[in-house]
Amino acid sequence: MNPIKKFFLIFFICLIFLTSPRWALAAWQINMAPGVTPISHSIYHLHMLIFWICVGIAVVVFSIMIYSLIRHRKSLGVHAAQFHENFFLEIAWAVVPFIILIVIAIPATKTLIKMNDNSDPELTIKVTGYQWRWRYAYLDQGIDFFSNLSTPAEELQNQAKKNKWYLLEVDHPLVVPTHKKIRFLFTSNDVIHSWWVPTLGIKRDTIPGFINEAWAKIESEGTYRGQCAELCGTNHAFMPIVVKAVNEKEFNRWAQQQSGEPLHGTNT
Amino acid sequence: MEQTLDLSHSPLKSFVTFIKRWLFTTNHKDIGTLYLLFSLLMFFIGGIFALLIRAELFQPGARLLAPEFFNQMTTMHGLVMLFLAIMPAFSGFANWMIPLMIGAPDMAMPRMNNWAFWILPVAAILLSSTLFMDGSAPNFGWTMYAPLSTVYGPASTDYLILAIHLMGLSSLMGAINIIVTLLNLRTPGMALMKMPIFCWSWLVTAFLLIGVMPVLAAAVTMMLMDRHFATSFFNAAGGGDPLLYQHLFWFFGHPEVYIIILPAFGIISQVIPTFSRKKLFGYRFMVYAMLVIAFLSFIVWVHHMFVTGVPLAAELFFMYTTMLIAVPTGVKVFNWVTTMYRGAISFETPMLFALAFVILFTIGGFSGVMLSLVPADFQYQDTYFVVAHFHYVLVPGALFAALAGAYYWLPKMTGVMYNERLGQCHFWLSVIGVNLTFFPMHFLGLAGMPRRIADYSLQFANFNAIASLGAFLFGFAQLFFLYMIIQALRGKGKKATAQVWEGAEGLEWTLSSPPPLHSFTTPPKFE
Amino acid sequence: MIAKSSNKKIFILLCMTTLSMFGIGFAMIPLYNVLCKNLGINGKTDKNAYHASHEIDLSRSIRVEFMTNNNNYLPWDFYPRLQHIQLHPGENILIYFAAKNNSKQPMTVQAIPSVSPGLAARYLKKTECFCFTQQTFNPGQHRDMPVLFHIDPHLPKNINTITLAYTLFDTSGLKKTKLVSQNLRRIPA
Repeated sequence: MNPIKKFFLIFFICLIFLTSPRWALAAWQINMAPGVTPISHSIYHLHMLIFWICVGIAVVVFSIMIYSLIRHRKSLGVHAAQFHENFFLEIAWAVVPFIILIVIAIPATKTLIKMNDNSDPELTIKVTGYQWRWRYAYLDQGIDFFSNLSTPAEELQNQAKKNKWYLLEVDHPLVVPTHKKIRFLFTSNDVIHSWWVPTLGIKRDTIPGFINEAWAKIESEGTYRGQCAELCGTNHAFMPIVVKAVNEKEFNRWAQQQSGEPLHGTNT
Repeated sequence: MEQTLDLSHSPLKSFVTFIKRWLFTTNHKDIGTLYLLFSLLMFFIGGIFALLIRAELFQPGARLLAPEFFNQMTTMHGLVMLFLAIMPAFSGFANWMIPLMIGAPDMAMPRMNNWAFWILPVAAILLSSTLFMDGSAPNFGWTMYAPLSTVYGPASTDYLILAIHLMGLSSLMGAINIIVTLLNLRTPGMALMKMPIFCWSWLVTAFLLIGVMPVLAAAVTMMLMDRHFATSFFNAAGGGDPLLYQHLFWFFGHPEVYIIILPAFGIISQVIPTFSRKKLFGYRFMVYAMLVIAFLSFIVWVHHMFVTGVPLAAELFFMYTTMLIAVPTGVKVFNWVTTMYRGAISFETPMLFALAFVILFTIGGFSGVMLSLVPADFQYQDTYFVVAHFHYVLVPGALFAALAGAYYWLPKMTGVMYNERLGQCHFWLSVIGVNLTFFPMHFLGLAGMPRRIADYSLQFANFNAIASLGAFLFGFAQLFFLYMIIQALRGKGKKATAQVWEGAEGLEWTLSSPPPLHSFTTPPKFE
Repeated sequence: MIAKSSNKKIFILLCMTTLSMFGIGFAMIPLYNVLCKNLGINGKTDKNAYHASHEIDLSRSIRVEFMTNNNNYLPWDFYPRLQHIQLHPGENILIYFAAKNNSKQPMTVQAIPSVSPGLAARYLKKTECFCFTQQTFNPGQHRDMPVLFHIDPHLPKNINTITLAYTLFDTSGLKKTKLVSQNLRRIPA
């Protein structure tokens, strides 16, 4: 096998390996996680589709370019050709990418329409962004609490060893049931924040005076972490999100406990 | 360009003459030089802000900068680099080269040209002074979203608003000058479709500037009103909407990035044919592509706002238009590659930067296409994936094109050849540095790291460390460039011929290197 | 001095362009409102009472949820008397929102409505709403404030859950905007 073919083969094997979701060496994670909701899965597949298309186009275009850089050098004594235009070629390389774009636009449109279908939620949670914490309210259950960063100051100031969930841990996580369509309503107390949990496939800006909505149906139990994704002042980096997805029974038990308890950690 | 020193006068008198020359010059070459040197200085200042950011982010935990100051650094880095470094750099090349390329004696409005430049140092001082004001410098990102900037912005915000007005005025005056020059002062025989493509790129850019700079001015004026005159443009309490700010800003902001990249495209389209010894492939379509890009750039702005709760119809429309922009941009890339193909290529420093541009800008373009897909964008927006994307199109994109232009035209401007070995050194260190810095940021964004954060969780540590190392390498590499410029300005190097580069074509290469202070006082022949 | 007539023509054209651009600045207000309403941007509901007649569509059942927010730690109690209601499009509904000024000064507030999904906003017709005007409460004062509304039967078939949210803003000092001082509190508090 000639060296160029060998190079490409190794390159592709590495690429496939490194983008595989199973390669979850957290410290060197290079790809998006597929997540645990139908929407996050759709997003992941869309992402991989466009990624491979881009890789394909890059390989073709850059190969031609690199070939040219090697073969068409003045130092080899070649003489420059004299062609400067080709109408057919110009049309072709506008139409072909256009068609490729349509191919990608179709699944993208489908997923987008699915994401906008907020009908028939089974649970509604209001998420309010504050400087610099989140507040969660389960409107039908009468539960309302703040969720603050719980990483100790010593770790932030490099006086103690940072724990595994440094900057991704809170005192009161958001507890939700699996396999239920949850409708999130987002707003803000002060400036624009953004509620982002990658594994749920949700990111929404929280805008003071307005509400936004999103939905998710979580397929597996687990703890899912996210962060504020819109610059909101000094401690923008210090208001994480922790979502604990548990089965319905456990959720009901938890909700029973919370109902009627006073508002936690508030100064309002 | 030489000043003969008259020893019969006092040093003070010579100094005053020197100042008066540079303060009151109406000469496009002098003004071009002023723009270029100013932008070089601002690059180093913006670069220092960047290195402070990367130093803080080298490891997790609070290190060198408090979060308050970190937010100021990210804000100032963006503002300085975009408004005071990269844009003036391309304005500098426009001023120097456009009259030479079209056979004109100078720009159409030389005095306005002078004023357009001298506003910039004032704006720069105003902006930098905010770092020393009571309270903090602006700390809400270069995008200045309300209400963080209106209700919660520090006192220095008002000075930032003034600085933005000044920079906008400078751009507008420059744009008007360029349009009038290009439409009126081309030498007889130079039809628009025979004009050098760098001139075309600036013609289109100038119209974009006139279209959108006033929108930015309006947006920041409304900010000022909200801050001090009890209006509620961006405040829901009075019936307004923070998203109005975002629409206004991005209606400016998206064409702004094309304002930055189109002159870069123009430079690349001059450099590649020269060093391939082959005319630009598809000149016509290169012009049409720029026109299509300019038009489309006005109807994509909401793609910066997909996560703000935009209705489905708008999401779909703006997704389609944003994807569409890939088509004319792709056409340009294919034309560059076809220009090289079956040429006779040599690899002097300008060509090296141009080749790196084609590859690395295209990679930035690919992440752009990925970002255009709205469902996927919900995972990418406001993360380091976006930071990677725009730094790829801005640094190995726009900046490398500016560097290619610098190496390409420096012999013409100074009369001496730069040190080729230094140039190669600068190039390779820059390419390695830029990729080490920004490629890992794709991974960071996909792994879940948001942007504009002063500290991050442990799983992001490794790639952040690599990015910081790359940033310092890249910063260090620019010292080679600085040294090379200083040597060239001092006249150290082999004398340059008029032609300078074997494959170069155009009226500018018929003049001596350096050209006389007043060139083309009679229109040259052109067919 | 404008000598040539062609220059004069250009000058007049430019002046007229400038004046018409200025005029467009005023035309933007109704234009913006029309676009927002028809594209469902930001769930803007009407500021004024709605008075036309309407039929009731018994074939559809819509769930309307009510939500309240206090902006910037407003020291008020503000909540809907009913969390949600199941209704038919066209039915007139009267709902009350309880509000209490817990502070020690008289305060003036403005309730700003927001509807989700945004496209439903133009179908939520309010005949009477406390959000139409600013409300001034003395310290400790509490009131139930009414909203009389119905859902227009032309609501798109794919929407069956609507949330009507009110955010209460302190407008006591809106004559002169108070800039909130930089909250530089470091974590942990």
